[in-house]
Amino acid sequence: MNERGRDFLEIKDLTVEYTSEGQVVHAVNGVSLKLDKGQTLGLVGETGAGKTTIAKSIMRILPPHSSAVKGGEIYFEGRNLQELSELEMHEIRGKKISMIFQDPMTALNPVMRVGEQIAEGVALHEKVSKKEAQERAEQMLEMVGIPKNRYKEYPHQFSGGMKQRVVIAMTLACNPRLLLADEPTTALDVTIQAQVLEMMRNLVKKKDASMILITHDLGVVAEMCDYVAVVYAGEIVEHGDLFSVFDHPSHPYTKGLFGAIPKLNEDKGRLHSIEGLPPDPTNLPQGCYFCPRCPLADESCVSKKPEPVVVGRSHYCRCGKLKKWEANK
Amino acid sequence: MSAPLIEARHLKKYFDTPSGQLHAVDDVTFSIDQGRTMGVVGESGCGKSTLGRTMIHLLESTEGQIYFQGEDITRIGKRKLRSLREDMQIIFQDPYSSLNPRMSVRQVIMDPLKRSGRFQGKSALDAETDRIMNLVGIEERLKNSYPHELDGGRRQRVGIGRALALNPKFIVCDEPVSALDVSIQAQVLNLLQDLQDQLGLTYMFITHNLSVVKHISDDLCVMYLGQLVETSPSDEIFKMPLHPYTKALLSAIPSTDVHNHQERIVIKGELTSPIEPQPGCRFVSRCPHACKACLQHQQLEELLPKHFVACCRAKELYELEGRVVK
Repeated sequence: MNERGRDFLEIKDLTVEYTSEGQVVHAVNGVSLKLDKGQTLGLVGETGAGKTTIAKSIMRILPPHSSAVKGGEIYFEGRNLQELSELEMHEIRGKKISMIFQDPMTALNPVMRVGEQIAEGVALHEKVSKKEAQERAEQMLEMVGIPKNRYKEYPHQFSGGMKQRVVIAMTLACNPRLLLADEPTTALDVTIQAQVLEMMRNLVKKKDASMILITHDLGVVAEMCDYVAVVYAGEIVEHGDLFSVFDHPSHPYTKGLFGAIPKLNEDKGRLHSIEGLPPDPTNLPQGCYFCPRCPLADESCVSKKPEPVVVGRSHYCRCGKLKKWEANK
Repeated sequence: MSAPLIEARHLKKYFDTPSGQLHAVDDVTFSIDQGRTMGVVGESGCGKSTLGRTMIHLLESTEGQIYFQGEDITRIGKRKLRSLREDMQIIFQDPYSSLNPRMSVRQVIMDPLKRSGRFQGKSALDAETDRIMNLVGIEERLKNSYPHELDGGRRQRVGIGRALALNPKFIVCDEPVSALDVSIQAQVLNLLQDLQDQLGLTYMFITHNLSVVKHISDDLCVMYLGQLVETSPSDEIFKMPLHPYTKALLSAIPSTDVHNHQERIVIKGELTSPIEPQPGCRFVSRCPHACKACLQHQQLEELLPKHFVACCRAKELYELEGRVVK
């Protein structure tokens, strides 16, 4: 099953650029990923790292005039998504691949009843009557814990957590095979986040769907994901099994991220901040993108682009200093 | 023991809305000792920012008293307030909207210095501005930059510099790192801690991020819908939360420990409305331990040494876990 294109989802060498004010923004720079059925992958990274762009490239909803996929292929159930017509893509979007956006306030239509927003997708993708679509929408509402008698209400009548649940009901209504969740709980309070994450985990499991969860919260990844990919400046710098990455983070950036979050079970001291800032995506460094901030960088990092190094079971890391560094520890 | 620097007694702040009175802060009593950090946590809409702003007179309180260095400052005149402002400052959440886009970094920091009248002559003002920029770690070369030219972390440093300009004693930090990425967040948290050590500042640190609050606070207040439900030294609360809401809140934090998933208390439902609330515990509709007595007004009581909780069942629940209240 591991021939090219036979995986459930395979991204090969994806490169995406935006143009802004005459400058080229290198948003995604050669990303390769694989995902199997029923698996959840966490994409972690800071603002502007290119996480959302990766998801939007899969959905093919990048802004058409200001962005371009410059290279690479995305295979989904054996088909190259880049080669499909807009009509074929239309059938996949919302039916086979669905996306949950970060901000539920803007993802819903404010002048349309919430139930109808869920039923709309069902009616579009499946040969059902209007009544059946409505019934399905009602079921979905109940599944996400909203009484079905609120079908006819408008988004403004719901709280933030409930709106996000409506969005989730909408994305799951057609039983998608792949769910792209872009910071689904970032706008929510922790107790509501706990409810929504628990619900998503159960729904994905029940329907045997796969999920790519985009987040900057390593705690959320630890709770939800089987695999994790760390994105920095449009590149995956570390990828692997959840336990392997969390137990042995190998890339200096990943280590930095873990050091920068205050821990609940440790005594306070100073946090290890990562000095400096992410590189300007219009003007990326030549060698390793992290080297201007890296405590281990030397001349070889500045001039040579690091190749992925295998550091554990399905765990690789892009760092030129890795072997020497591990030995020195 | 040092005396409290600032103290709130039965502080209330109500807002009038078309559908009735909104009880944003309802009968909150607490104090912060000199040189310590009081964390205030709670979910959005629980009144933590309103509390912070009321404490430093950005909002006028509806009822109750505020004491600063032992003096009642609840109702004071304009002139007194002006001099008080030099002692109490605030750092806002959003460094994007809290800086005037048409003022350069230097102007932002110099503005309070000028207004205070403490510095005579351009060279004295310039020297002091440079000193503050240096203190908060803004490079000299950025002196004439405008806020839009800076990244979030640097902008927040400018906001901190402005707050520190007049050597205040007390600073309200209202979600100062929420808009920042973790690596930048760590830089700013370290800066705030260093400044506290150097200058002996007292912070009221408002946040919804519990790991941040655990990291930075000495003491902690947990708020729920305008009321203070639990307060104690911060380590104590994290070790032994007493209020059912605090327990649920702490258990809801996603942990990066992949091997030990802690048991989660998922509370059902959502926040009820703070408009014309019913008397009694506000958490009652979501609480797994609610009973009839919860519909009465809940008094904040010292159940353990220095550990106060407003829950009539807290003692009973504590003892159910096999512990004894001495």
